[in-house]
Formats: sequence, C-alpha cells, structure tokens
Amino acid sequence: MPGKILVVGEMKGDSLKKVTLELVSAANLIARDGGLEVDAVLVGDGSRKLASELAAYPVKTVYVAESESLKNYSSEGYSSVVSNLMKEISPYGVLFGQTPFGSDLASSISGKLGVGFVSDCTGLSNEGGKLVVTRPVFGGKASARVSFRNSSLCLMGIRPNVFAVAEKANGAKAAVKEISGETGQIRAKVREVLKEVGERIELTEVKIIVSGGRGMKGPENFPLLEGLAAALGGAVGASRAAVDAGWIDHSHQVGQTGKVVSPTLYIACGISGAVQHLVGMSSSKCIVAVNKDPDAPIFKFADYGIVGDLFEVLPVLKEELSKLIH
Amino acid sequence: MWRLGTSAADSFDRGMDDMNLLVVLKQVPDTDAQIRIKDGKLDTSGVKFVVNPYDEFAIEEALRIKEKRGEVKITLLTLGPKRAVEALKSGLALGADEAFHLVHETIDGSDPYLSAFVLAKAIQKLEADIILCGKQGIDYYCEQTGIILAELLNLPHVAVVTKLEISDDGKQVTAHREIDGGIEVVESPVPLVVTAQKGLNEPRYASLKGIMAVRTKKIEEWSLQSLGLTPDEISGQARVNYESVTTPPSKPPAKIIQGEARDAARELVKILIEEAKVI
Repeated sequence: MPGKILVVGEMKGDSLKKVTLELVSAANLIARDGGLEVDAVLVGDGSRKLASELAAYPVKTVYVAESESLKNYSSEGYSSVVSNLMKEISPYGVLFGQTPFGSDLASSISGKLGVGFVSDCTGLSNEGGKLVVTRPVFGGKASARVSFRNSSLCLMGIRPNVFAVAEKANGAKAAVKEISGETGQIRAKVREVLKEVGERIELTEVKIIVSGGRGMKGPENFPLLEGLAAALGGAVGASRAAVDAGWIDHSHQVGQTGKVVSPTLYIACGISGAVQHLVGMSSSKCIVAVNKDPDAPIFKFADYGIVGDLFEVLPVLKEELSKLIH
Repeated sequence: MWRLGTSAADSFDRGMDDMNLLVVLKQVPDTDAQIRIKDGKLDTSGVKFVVNPYDEFAIEEALRIKEKRGEVKITLLTLGPKRAVEALKSGLALGADEAFHLVHETIDGSDPYLSAFVLAKAIQKLEADIILCGKQGIDYYCEQTGIILAELLNLPHVAVVTKLEISDDGKQVTAHREIDGGIEVVESPVPLVVTAQKGLNEPRYASLKGIMAVRTKKIEEWSLQSLGLTPDEISGQARVNYESVTTPPSKPPAKIIQGEARDAARELVKILIEEAKVI
C-alpha cells in the first residue's frame, strides 16, 4: 500500500475540534502497519494559527489554506481546495469526521473526483494493504464490513467518539505548508451563520448524554435533565416524542430522524425505547434507563436500569454526582 | 423551463409560473422491520418497505412550493427494484404529477456513488429547476447521494435543509441548513440540489381523492439500458464493496438496580464509577 493518509481537520472558533485529534489517532492506526505517512489539512478561518497546534501531534505535514474566499464554509470552495491537494499529494486514504462539515465535504469530493466514500465508519483496519472499514447499517441492527473497489484512493467518514484522542508526538513537530486557497466559482454561498442562543454542545461529539422522553411530562421538567447533564459535563438529548410535543428543539433529538450518537454514557429518562430511538443511541458504550414501566423495551437494550419515578431518581443522581465532582 | 444540460440562455424566457421540481425518493425497509441476514446480505423476504422518511420531507416541500406558486410540475424519480413502484404511487397520491422508475434489482444505495451516477444519467433526460432529495436513507445512512448527484450534474447543492425559500422570479433560493452549534443561511442560484432534513416541514397524509388519482397519472419505467448503460459500465461505477453484513449477538437485558429511588440512584452512581467505569 503506497503513500499517505490524509486527515481533514475541523476547527471550531479558535480551537481544533476533538474529532480532528480522533482522526489523527485513527490515521496512525492504519498507517502504522503499512509504514505510511500521516498528513493533515486545515482549511478556513484561523487555520494558519491552529496548524502549529496540530503540528505537535503525530503527523508529518500539516497543509493549510486560509483566504478571504474560505472565510465561510462552502462545499464548492472547500472541496476544490482539498481536491487540489489530493491531486497533488495522492493520498491513499482520506479521513473526515462524520460531522455536518465532514459529511458534506467528503460527499462533494467523492462526486468531484469520482472516488468512493464510506461514511460513518466505526472500525478501520489495514489488512495487508487493503483498507477495510466496519459501519453500522439498518439503524445499528446490523454491521457491515466494507472495502473499496478501486483501492488507490478512499474517503472515510469517521464517527466521533469512537477513536481515542491522539497524544502529542514526542518532541517532533510537523512541517506546516501553505497551499493554494484558490476556490474557483462558488455558487451556493453562506450569507450568514445564525448562532444558537448559548453555546450548544454538539450531541454527536459529547461523551455523556442525558436524554428525556414522554415520561418527562412537559418542558418545565427539562431543567432536571440539564442539571444532571451539567453535573456530568454532558449534554441533553431527547426522544422524538419529546421533540414532537414541542418540549425541546429538534437539534436535541436522538434517533432515526434525529442524531446518531455514540457517547460513553447514555442515560435515558422516561424513554420507552421505540426502535426509532434505539437506532440513534444503540452504539453508546453504556446505556442507563430510568423508567416507571418495568416492561418498557428500553430495559432490553440498557446495561443498567432503575424501575422508578424519574422525578425522584434524577435529583438524587445529580446530588450524588455533584458531591463527587466538588 | 430549465432542461439540465442546456445553457442558461435557453431558459431566458422562463416565467415565474413555470417551475419543475424533481423529487428523488427511495424505498427502504421499515425501521420496525426485523433485520435478517442471509449469506451476508439483507434478507428482504417478508420485510415491509416504506418511503424513506427524509424523502417524505422532500416531497412535502415540493407540494408546498406548488401550492404557493401555482404552475409547478412535480416529477418523482426512484431507482430500485419492481416493488419500489409503491413508493412512487405514495408520492403521486400526495399530489406529485408524474413518476419515473429506474428499474434495477440490485443497486440498493449502499454504494452512493453508483446510485448517484445512475440517477444523474436519468435526470439529464428530465426537466428540473430544483432537485429535492432526503438528506439520507435510513437503511445505509450514507448521507451522500444527493450531494454526489449535484457534483455529477455540475450543480450547486445545499444539504441538510430545514427551511427553503424561493425568490419570486424562481431564480434563486435561500436555505437554512443545520451545522454544529447553529444554522447556516445559504443562497444559491437555481438549478440546484437540496437535501431535506427533519424540521423542513410536517409531511401530510394522502387523501382518498389523491389515492384515486394515482391511476390517472403517468408512471414510466426505464431500464438502465434505455439510459445507454451496459452492465459493464454499471459495475465500473461501483466504488465500494459490501463484503458482508452481520447482526450483532443479542445483548442480555439491563441489570435492574433494586431499592427505593434514592438508594437505587446512589447505587447507580457507584456502579457507573466502579463497574462500568464511564464517569
């Protein structure tokens, strides 16, 4: 297997996103066996500054493109820049985060260069020079083993929270190389970005999720979940029932028509466990269910369960956890 | 009217009351369906198939555009086996005008590049100002086909859209799309590809009248050969190889923590720290 593995990094504000460091460790995992080089690329506002930060991790070269036309994300602009780099350095595999950014960009490049892209990978292996990925299908009810037909260039979208965050490299510092920020024509342009009120934590990347369903009874009870999530340094999720009832915004929905999450700990409160919800959270490492109904299907999928009133259980949980932390 | 593949100048006379919407939809296994694997592949016998839920948002949006603008034609396109005609009928019952069925028994969306390639060949024969797709299929969760399709047709796209506005002259759209921590407001000229996210609208149910009207509407079957594709060309467009699909071993049920709420909660914290080691 020739060449390089390229990591397409992501930034948020003035820091590298955690998923970028997960991609670096995933890339090193597959590069190790084949003696491959791991490179990274950062595109957009602030990339020059963050490139030196990324250079402290186990990568050989960090490519960076920052220009006025790359100030806002655009599929057309960013995919031109990354495609041009790919043509120049001919990487064997390119890793993206399975995030709104990575998913959009990788699909554009797949179409532009006519190369295969396997999204939402949860496992990667290098089998004697052949890259093989595993990914959940049919809502996590099955797992597929996928390889590439034309093995000279493969794009992979890596699910956040699956791979460990890379450790800094010992003393060594990667080279930082400026590349062309030439975008070509951009037809679909970002006019503005509407930030949500407050800094919302992205559900797909958080380690702990406290989720509420119909059993929460109303929007007035969601602060209970928020309190517990805050005590754990996590975020609040919701089932479709809670979202459809208008108790919480859709951006919190976990499940078939919401987000697919894979946190370390998922606490399902007052969620019965419809298949459509399980689709979104079944790959969580540890699932806890709190529900009054001992026959709720969620107990078949959870690791631990409390059959009881969540309005009694949650405050105690929060209290106990707060004690531990403070 | 904008026929893809013709130049912008040809559409000079296009009036505001003349718009073509193309909805690409897909039939998928119902999420309630039990998944059985046979010989490393999904065993579809006895599985109930439905219209992909994200595609329902795409159809609904097309219907709303038509209701608002009047002279709009909604064309449906699907790629799939014979049974997928049912998905087209569902869309026609809701109010779409005509439908095209690219019949192929094995292309199932697990290779989004291949699907997009074939769909693009078909779309080049149709008329479309806005191509609407669901943001992803709920079978393979690839979230790629609409975007690759845009690239292959050399069109801009806006993906994961939760709000769509079309200018009065029909030449530009403004769309909201979900990104990490916020919403991006994107402007794009028409023609383009839009992929629909939940939140875009609330899909309706078909009326009895709508269901009755399906009989009078056109559903045209196209083979891949009729698009000029040979089996070799099709396999040449495949990019990925599903070597096998397996179902995980079933999980034991939850360990139920006994006792009063207070005691159980305390015990849970202990277990999460000491046994599960997740805190």
